[in-house]
Amino acid sequence: MRISRPSTVLVLALVGVTLAGCGSSSDDKASGDKKGGPVSVAATDTSCKLGDTELDAGTSTFEIKNTGSKVTEFYVYAEGDRIMGEVENIGPGLTRKLIVELPAGSYQGACKPGMKGDGLRTALKVTGASESLGTDAQLAEATASYQRYVKSQTTALIAKTTEFVAAVKANDIEKAKALFPVARTYWERIEPVAESFGDLDPRTDARENDVEPGTEWTGFHRIEKDLWVTKDVSKDGALADQLLKDVQEVVTKSNSVKLSPLELANGAKGLLDEVATGKITGEEDRYSHTDLWDFQANVEGSKAAIAALRPTLEDRNPALVKELDTRFAAVQKLLDAQTTDDGFKLYTDLTQAEIKQFATAVDALSEPLSQVAAVVAQK
Amino acid sequence: MDASEGRGAAGPAAEVSEAAAPPSEAPPIKPPADAPPRRGFSRRRLLGAGAVGIAGLGAAAAGGYVVSDARSGARSGGSDTAAAIPFRGTHQAGIVTPAQDRLHFVSFDVTTESRADLVDLLREWTKAAERMTAGEAAGALGAVDGPIEAPPQDTGEALGLPASQLTLTIGFGPSLFDRRFGLAAKRPAALVDLPAFPGDDLEAARSGGDIAIQACANDPQVAVHAVRNLARIGFGAVAVRWSQLGFGRTSSTSRGQATPRNLFGFKDGTANLKAEDASLLEQQLWAGAADGTPWMANGSYLVARRIRMHIETWDRTSLDEQQAIFGRFKGTGAPKTSADADSAEFDDFEFDTVTGASEPVIADNAHTRLAHPDFNQGARLLRRGYNFVDGSDGLGRLDAGLFFLAYQRDPRKQFIPIQQNLARVDAMNEYVKHVGSAVFACPPGLSRDGYWGDTLFA
Ligand SMILES: [Cu+2]
Repeated sequence: MRISRPSTVLVLALVGVTLAGCGSSSDDKASGDKKGGPVSVAATDTSCKLGDTELDAGTSTFEIKNTGSKVTEFYVYAEGDRIMGEVENIGPGLTRKLIVELPAGSYQGACKPGMKGDGLRTALKVTGASESLGTDAQLAEATASYQRYVKSQTTALIAKTTEFVAAVKANDIEKAKALFPVARTYWERIEPVAESFGDLDPRTDARENDVEPGTEWTGFHRIEKDLWVTKDVSKDGALADQLLKDVQEVVTKSNSVKLSPLELANGAKGLLDEVATGKITGEEDRYSHTDLWDFQANVEGSKAAIAALRPTLEDRNPALVKELDTRFAAVQKLLDAQTTDDGFKLYTDLTQAEIKQFATAVDALSEPLSQVAAVVAQK
Repeated sequence: MDASEGRGAAGPAAEVSEAAAPPSEAPPIKPPADAPPRRGFSRRRLLGAGAVGIAGLGAAAAGGYVVSDARSGARSGGSDTAAAIPFRGTHQAGIVTPAQDRLHFVSFDVTTESRADLVDLLREWTKAAERMTAGEAAGALGAVDGPIEAPPQDTGEALGLPASQLTLTIGFGPSLFDRRFGLAAKRPAALVDLPAFPGDDLEAARSGGDIAIQACANDPQVAVHAVRNLARIGFGAVAVRWSQLGFGRTSSTSRGQATPRNLFGFKDGTANLKAEDASLLEQQLWAGAADGTPWMANGSYLVARRIRMHIETWDRTSLDEQQAIFGRFKGTGAPKTSADADSAEFDDFEFDTVTGASEPVIADNAHTRLAHPDFNQGARLLRRGYNFVDGSDGLGRLDAGLFFLAYQRDPRKQFIPIQQNLARVDAMNEYVKHVGSAVFACPPGLSRDGYWGDTLFA
């Protein structure tokens, strides 16, 4: 199915990634008709204050000033955490701008100090006239929104993989172990995209038994084994460099690939299939047993794709959306029960009954997820 | 025969007339040779049907008539092992229905907390079950005629296969009658939690469950297909707790069937209740409104036990001892009190006969003696168990045994006292271990528009 871009293209471009310091002298081309100034966002490590929470429909500009000590991100979410716009990597002391077009509706602005978690959120109300989107426009916006998500994840993926690789090369086993599930989180969130590029995925993410004869085993899990089993990464420098190089290539390709709405739908389902076959069984991270991190990331990635498709699904099958919301929440509740201070319980610490609960919840979510593609494809 | 006739306010008089009528699961009527061809999308016709246009799909989706039409068209002689067994009737099919060759039994936990969702599922299940027992696909669009972007409505492995006398029988476990769905007051007194029997070694993962479905068919692929599709429809509302495949039916539920053998090589359950024993069935199999649980009238209670057999040690036991344990001859199945030469399986047991040394010929701890109605206040069961072999156990021994299924009017008066009797002293206990256990209330059969459990949820 071909999606033609609508003429009333919603300009949601992440303009305004002007470099820091130079403050706010605004480049107001995209938001010229906006009454009032840009919405100021005061971000610290523990707070996120928005200068205005009631906006007019149309283009809005947010100016995010990070006075905290952690790198932060700013997101504007629509219902279901659909990303309307985001700006990432706002270092301490920096100011960045986000320009985003928001039709009337309810939104949330969120800062993410440390680039983690759900963020510190503030409700945003957008009122006034806004054009309703036609089907194709809606779906085009869905892929655009999801691609913004991919971009946000790949940025963090590079950052965390770089740190991980540095720790491995510094022979800092403890640090590398701590970074392993974190770097993988960003990978696992966008796995359906990442694994669509030929042998890049096997090079990066193959398990030992997946490696074809005659091929060298490389990537995350090879280093995982050395970190947890052989406990020696002194010879893994080249492997680590290769991993970073491969990840960079995946990221470049992920950010330029053009996805179809159907691919979003199938990716959302595919992520849960990954959970069902790899994470619930503890196969994925068989040495580190950090499978629940991956599990969480797969669920988040799936949710992001569904969030992007949400307006279309709401129009065509609201009951399905309701069911998906309920089932996502049920899975998340089980995951929340297994969190620890620095992440998740190890897979090996789960009881058989807990694993069964996960399996049941994932089956329950996967069944309605498998219906999404047909809804998206229907004319 | 419409189930509603025998339901609800039906008093004793109605029950008597029901008893006199032939059981609804008796061999169905063969259609006249000039019966109109079936409409709709038969599982077995699909392969030859080729691509089906949109118009055809619309017709299939539009009509409940497709289902009923397919059903009436599917009736044929009961001895035809490929035929369809009617899904609706006074009693559920799959109880006195002549035991089919294969079993897939599944027990579910209900995971939803919404009574409405549960009822919706039961309605969905009923539709799919009726379709599948008629030899149709689980959903109207079947395995290959839906939109290509969607997973097919039917999983497809039974495409091209006939109905194979598939029956699907539902039962509700004691745990369903807790606070979740407001059913506590409707729990039948007869649906007791089974007591702990001496020697039980029950695994929680093979026991209990809120809802059970018994799928019996003459083709294992058909039985497995049915359970798989029902489980799939149930995702989100129920989760499979355990399931059991069975082969080689170990009992006969009709006089037209020979008593088969269990994995010890013996005929067992010769005194089984049979479909033809109409008045005995009313006495011992079917619950009545007067039993205290009106919604169970014309239903029955099912006890399921996974009985692991220590096959290897049994096989090292002498023939003499094997026969002594059963109280039967291995070859004919005749009682040990019969003359060996021309005895037969259905000879009466003469439990009082003693040997020259004044020992009973059929020992006090022989399996048949302990299980016999004469030693259990006349209590009998309708058994329709199956043999199972689930591969090996990792120690090189067969993970094999008997998946015991027994229907009855009241487990408190039937299975429980019989099993207490057996568990205490049965000589066979050395060779068996009960590892799974469950009990279910199987509601009456379905009226024309009824759904599984409608008398309970009404
Ligand atoms: Cu027996």
